[in-house]
Amino acid sequence: MGDYILLAISCILINNILLAQFLGNCPFLGTSKKMETAVGMGMAVVFVIVLAGIITWATELYLLKPLNIEFLRTLSFILIVASLVQFVEMFLKKSIPALYTGLGIFLPLITTNCAVLGVCLINIKEEYTFLEMVVSSFSYSVGYGFALILFAGIRERIILARVPKPLQDTSIGLVTAGMIALCFFAFKGMV
Amino acid sequence: MSQSVVKEFTKGLWTEIPPFRLVLGLCPILAVTKSVENSIGMGLACVFVFVFSNFLVSLLRNIIPSKVRIAGYIIIIATFVTVVELVMQAYTYPLFLKLGIFIPLIVVNCIALGRAEAFACKNPPLASIADGLGMGIGYTISLCVVGALRESLGNGTLLGHQVFGPDFQPFRFMLEAPGAFICLGLVLCIMNLFGKK
Repeated sequence: MGDYILLAISCILINNILLAQFLGNCPFLGTSKKMETAVGMGMAVVFVIVLAGIITWATELYLLKPLNIEFLRTLSFILIVASLVQFVEMFLKKSIPALYTGLGIFLPLITTNCAVLGVCLINIKEEYTFLEMVVSSFSYSVGYGFALILFAGIRERIILARVPKPLQDTSIGLVTAGMIALCFFAFKGMV
Repeated sequence: MSQSVVKEFTKGLWTEIPPFRLVLGLCPILAVTKSVENSIGMGLACVFVFVFSNFLVSLLRNIIPSKVRIAGYIIIIATFVTVVELVMQAYTYPLFLKLGIFIPLIVVNCIALGRAEAFACKNPPLASIADGLGMGIGYTISLCVVGALRESLGNGTLLGHQVFGPDFQPFRFMLEAPGAFICLGLVLCIMNLFGKK
């Protein structure tokens, strides 16, 4: 049990997928201008990463490894992620419309979010067991949502500040992200 | 004809240089720019993928039905990424280990998909190759600029050679994650100073 808690802490805080591993930065800068969109995106990411993590892990173990076709990993994983996103979108639209309106527009964006594919590949690389894989996928995505929401909060304030013209928008966004990364950096050495 | 091809090529080098003008493909530029060597390796891998995926998308632009075009593009890009992955594993193994998961992640590099969708699916093969080559080389230049800044300040070296003499105290911060964000933010700011055109 203790191992899983350690794994979760290290995935959320120390190896934060966004700020320490640099995955999923495009949507990070794109959808963090408002708190609402950040929360929506964060939830959608958690949902998709956990599902994609489970499916790709099973594919690797029961399809790619036995047939000895690991070189098709990249191709098959991206197809799984893309079709999964499409499928989840259709499913939510039909059965849970409330959730669909919440996540709706963020779902298609997730296909090109490298955090999803990145987490799946990390799970394979670290050779996690099933439970470890579920914990790590969940914690990585929670870490992503956490960083996104923190960042959106700061960004809403930055709009009110007077930023020099060349630094505006993405540029100040990246510098701010650097500051948050510095805070997360302090967690290093905790585990 | 030849003039427009040249124009498609050069726009990737300055007016639309990724990721400064087009804010796409940020993850690799933050992650692999710890040294110039990594930057060059990543850049060349991207050039290969952009050129060939653009070429193939352009050739197949009238065959792929528009409803499933994104899935089609992704398969094309993923194919070339797999090629790069296997080639790098065979010939440049140390670099392959250093770049790690960022090689397979070229698949979701927004530049590749973005160029396929915005350019290659509407233009003839030759112009698409020029566009892919320009974007790829522009991206390589950006990676190298950030890589050179981070390596020289953070480690005092450039491609493994000392640049500041023996008394230089390396500014380790630049090699860590926060340094990457701040460095890229400031480079972007300098690019903005030079204006859009």
